[in-house]
Amino acid sequence: MDAQIEPFISLQNVKKIYGSGTNQHLAVSDVTLDINAGELISIVGPSGCGKSTVLMILAGLISHEDGQVLIGNTDNPFDANRDIGMVFQQDLLLKWRTVIDNILLPAELLGLPVKESRERALDLINLVGLDGYEDKYPKQLSGGQRQRVSIARSLIHDPKLILMDEPFGALDALTREKMNLELLRIWEKSQKTILFVTHGISEAVLLGSRVAVLTAGPARMAANIPIELPYPRTLEMKTHEEFGKYCREIYDLLGMA
Amino acid sequence: MSQASTNPGISQEGSDVPTAPPPQNFVKKYSGPIAVQIACIALWQLISTTGGLPSYILPSPIETLATLADGSNDWFNNTMVTTVEIFGGFILAVIVGVAIALFFSWSTRLFTLFMPLLVALNMVPKVALGPIIIVWFSYGIFTNTLIAFAICFFPIVITTARGLREIEPELLYLSRTLKASKWQIFTKIQFPGSLPYLFSGMKVSAVLAVAGAIVGEFIGSERGLGYLMLQVQINLDTATMFMAVLMITLVGVILYGAVAFLEFILVKRGGQA
Repeated sequence: MDAQIEPFISLQNVKKIYGSGTNQHLAVSDVTLDINAGELISIVGPSGCGKSTVLMILAGLISHEDGQVLIGNTDNPFDANRDIGMVFQQDLLLKWRTVIDNILLPAELLGLPVKESRERALDLINLVGLDGYEDKYPKQLSGGQRQRVSIARSLIHDPKLILMDEPFGALDALTREKMNLELLRIWEKSQKTILFVTHGISEAVLLGSRVAVLTAGPARMAANIPIELPYPRTLEMKTHEEFGKYCREIYDLLGMA
Repeated sequence: MSQASTNPGISQEGSDVPTAPPPQNFVKKYSGPIAVQIACIALWQLISTTGGLPSYILPSPIETLATLADGSNDWFNNTMVTTVEIFGGFILAVIVGVAIALFFSWSTRLFTLFMPLLVALNMVPKVALGPIIIVWFSYGIFTNTLIAFAICFFPIVITTARGLREIEPELLYLSRTLKASKWQIFTKIQFPGSLPYLFSGMKVSAVLAVAGAIVGEFIGSERGLGYLMLQVQINLDTATMFMAVLMITLVGVILYGAVAFLEFILVKRGGQA
């Protein structure tokens, strides 16, 4: 990590308390993390450890009590009103809209020009590998395909930051691995900064240029591990000794080894 | 897309799975039920002519249809009156029910204050309110419309209010990161999402509206199919009563069919379950 690069996202000692008075719940106690533009960072931790809370703070959906959250730098100014794309565990596709109309929803909400958005949506359908599916309805798609649509939807307004909250958590194991490779390909092509929250340790290692490890509630940064496996990554890398070493390190940090 | 192959609903290039069922299936699907219904009518004709029952107990289908020719029954006007009551009460219930459901969806406080009241009122047998409504508004088409309205209003407001609240919180988060306005969220996500609920309420209400209007006519009226039934009952003119029931059913089927057709256009054709 070159110290001279100005980070795109800077979290400094971020703290979050839910509730008030005597009924307080400390969800995030101390998270510090710098992320460069164009990086794909995995955030891994046990269920309910506050990973999602960190994403929500970054998305501007909830406030934080303490510390500092900065997004954007001189080269990449950040507009909180339109520079966030989100993907959740549920695909959240609207049943009554076709694939392309689902992808266009953020463009409609932002009032982007219709013709350009449509062309962009078709490009994105191609990017996520769903050529020819633009007029299908969600119920005609498989789980993996639906999540591809939801990734395309998160990209339609060309946001600088994509926040993903366990996007492949509901998929079967094989589809999930396939989607990991797809995401790596989409990330390389789109050059977006991606924060990928997961509780799958090997998924976190396979995807991230770094893995931020959070320990159980309240969320606390246990480590920030650079993954020095070359891109493009392949599933075959999962069998490498190095890959296993990273996984073991994370299991150790989570007290599971 | 190899995942697609696990989903039989999708036609793929190079796939020989037909996308639409062949036309014989349509005939196969409906010829059975239609045959059963025709057989029932034939059985009715058979029993009424050979069963030794007097026609004031069981008139035959032919005798029943023959009453249509009797001008003193004034079929056209009586049917129109009942139709106006049924459709009027139903449409009024849709308008008022959806409007109240909208207020509920905009204010959680209104919802928590008034929804329990509505659920409690829904438990009141609306038919029992008929005599009271007649005391308040005297008898006539308007009163019977109100009784139809009272009986079919609740299913619509309750299902629609539920449908408008059925929105995934994550979808709201997503909209909020895009700074979507309340109106945008309502028109693009909430309202279309509530349509299947609205239609299920409307289908229940369409059946209830018919009952409401007829009960109103039984309690007090001077026109309509329910009124006609009471008039001919005095003469034991059972065939005309049968015919009136058929006409009432026909009006109900037309209303239900219109709702189901709208549902097909707005909901089912567009991929919603």
